[in-house]
Amino acid sequence: MSGADHILSVDRLTMRFGGIVAVNALSFEAQRRKITALIGPNGAGKTTVFNCITGFYKPTGGSMRLASDSGPIALERLNDFRISKQAKVARTFQNIRLFPGMTVLENLMVAQHNTLMRASGLTFLGLLGVPSWRAAEKRAIEHATFWLNRIGLYDRADDAAGNLAYGDQRRLEIARAMCTEPVLLCLDEPAAGLNARESAALSELLLSIRAEQGTSILLIEHDMSVVMEISDHVVVMDYGVKIAEGAPNEVRDDPRVIAAYLGADEEEAIAVMESDN
Amino acid sequence: MGHVTASQQKQPHAGIAFILKKALISALVALVLFSLMIGIRTEAGPTGQLIYWTRFGELASIVAIVFAGSIVIELIRQWLGPAGASQLVPAPVQNTLAVVGRYVAPALLIFTLLVPVIFYHQRYILDLAILVLTYVMLGWGLNVVVGLAGLLDLGYVAFYAVGAYSYALFATTFGLSFWICLPIAGILASLWGVMLGFPVLRLRGDYLAIVTLAFGEIIRLVIVNWQSLTGGPNGISSIPRPTLFGIPLLPGPNGLAAKLGIAFDPTHRLVFLFYIILGMALLTNWVTIRLRRLPIGRAWEALREDEVACRALGINTTTTKLTAFATGALFGGFAGAFFATRQGFISPESFTFQESALVLAIVVLGGMGSQLGVALAALAMIGGFELFRGLEQYRMLVFGIAMVLLMIWRPRGLIGHRAPTVYLKQSQAISSDLVKEGHG
Repeated sequence: MSGADHILSVDRLTMRFGGIVAVNALSFEAQRRKITALIGPNGAGKTTVFNCITGFYKPTGGSMRLASDSGPIALERLNDFRISKQAKVARTFQNIRLFPGMTVLENLMVAQHNTLMRASGLTFLGLLGVPSWRAAEKRAIEHATFWLNRIGLYDRADDAAGNLAYGDQRRLEIARAMCTEPVLLCLDEPAAGLNARESAALSELLLSIRAEQGTSILLIEHDMSVVMEISDHVVVMDYGVKIAEGAPNEVRDDPRVIAAYLGADEEEAIAVMESDN
Repeated sequence: MGHVTASQQKQPHAGIAFILKKALISALVALVLFSLMIGIRTEAGPTGQLIYWTRFGELASIVAIVFAGSIVIELIRQWLGPAGASQLVPAPVQNTLAVVGRYVAPALLIFTLLVPVIFYHQRYILDLAILVLTYVMLGWGLNVVVGLAGLLDLGYVAFYAVGAYSYALFATTFGLSFWICLPIAGILASLWGVMLGFPVLRLRGDYLAIVTLAFGEIIRLVIVNWQSLTGGPNGISSIPRPTLFGIPLLPGPNGLAAKLGIAFDPTHRLVFLFYIILGMALLTNWVTIRLRRLPIGRAWEALREDEVACRALGINTTTTKLTAFATGALFGGFAGAFFATRQGFISPESFTFQESALVLAIVVLGGMGSQLGVALAALAMIGGFELFRGLEQYRMLVFGIAMVLLMIWRPRGLIGHRAPTVYLKQSQAISSDLVKEGHG
């Protein structure tokens, strides 16, 4: 895979919680303008990897490099909000984290906080209501409207986010992450709890984001139909280590992956892995 | 519909048997509790030995009261149906309230502007109005911290004290005028807000409340003990009164009355003070409303809703929290400077925890985040407290019962819903069920 255009290179990422090794020397790459899926059985350490990439955990070891116009950014050195603000990595959560008491539109406006904060002259110019601030606010509303149309929630713009149906909340969370104009979008189980029709709509949305915005996507997913349909590259994890990676159809037929998913004994799984090597 | 609810889940919670059973349990609890507290009376005898006697009559009457009371409460509860505003208040009344609500704010503002005209000869009412407005301003200031940012602050009086002492000290030491000291007092209080903000950034909920409470006490104790600067418990007296562009409101040839060619009246100063605090309160309100529609205000509310999501969206939660503390403290400092100039004398006794609790009660009662609600709550709390003055020692009791009833009726405060800060087509109020109270 050398020479490929990597947006994210994770190198020997390790995360320990006390004596538990949640992620053990994991290395993988996510390619620019591609959808990379991170899959694995429950407890494999996928969300921990996400939390390291998006700055919610400080990794015990290893590095995560994000390619940017001004050279690579070491994500492990940035903490929480700077990952989104400076490195332009956005994320969604396994259990949806919207602002339920704010309207759909307000949710998308909060996502443009840093842009608007600059435009409002750190609040002071905005307080005076200068024209440049008004124009910036109008642009932000237009940007939000664009995403509302993309996710089909334009008519619900003034409703409280907490009143939306589950599937709509999932899409809104993705739109909110996209309003930060990220280069890498990390989605933690975006299809969880969606029915077949909603999953299909989600796949379509993600493919269109990749095509039109050119955003690279990294996703954790259990819904294999979504993974197989939209991923360009799949990384399989189990017990904190990478057990396989490749194109979706390669991974699907990999005996180690099947063993991990079917819940084979550890010895059996090792036997399968060794026989395969 | 009646028989559906009655024959299904409601069955075990209705009927005479259920009510009696519940009343019996309450009576039994009362019996156990009061058997020693009331049933047996002990005293030291004349030679030091323990003598006791029983009071079964009193015990029996207490238990009977509890038994009967339990039946009455249960009957009322069944008559009203499940608790909740929609059940307690019929829909037409709620709709009427919504219509009236639209005109409450302008009507209240016009009335407030006219208060000095209407009550010119009633000094007591003017004094009370100034007091109410001071608490409206404090409530609006604390509302930024508690209502918008969702950070529970039990030590708000500290900023009030910093503002008051800043003005008092600058005015008495350097002879600076009120209008120069006002911004200084606000900025100093604001700095203290940031100083409080830093150590409590990582704290949430109960822990935050305790640290802010301690902060309020620390400020008060410093004021009490730093005698050389603050005068300790004796306070600071003869604090100068505010002037109108340098013209004092005093009798004599240099006073405002003489310059205008009218007879001097001490009420002039009261009216002047009234309009100063009204102007300051309205400024607080205007700034808060503007801030809510700016990214910083939206970030405060987002912080109250979900801090983790804020961080994921690139919002610096540290500065967001600090600005909330600083803004709230700024308004508290202004109110403090006004308090000092109105009283002419300040001492640490004015800045006890009770003041913090009162302002917090105003914010909670008004509906966290609602500007109009806070103003109404301040009027009810401060004005209402005066209203019950005739009841003497029962005043606190009546007041407490009124607050409990209000919280049952409107658990999220007088105005519980939230108004959106931006809309595409139509601004719809958001039900309080969805709005979070914040966790920190």
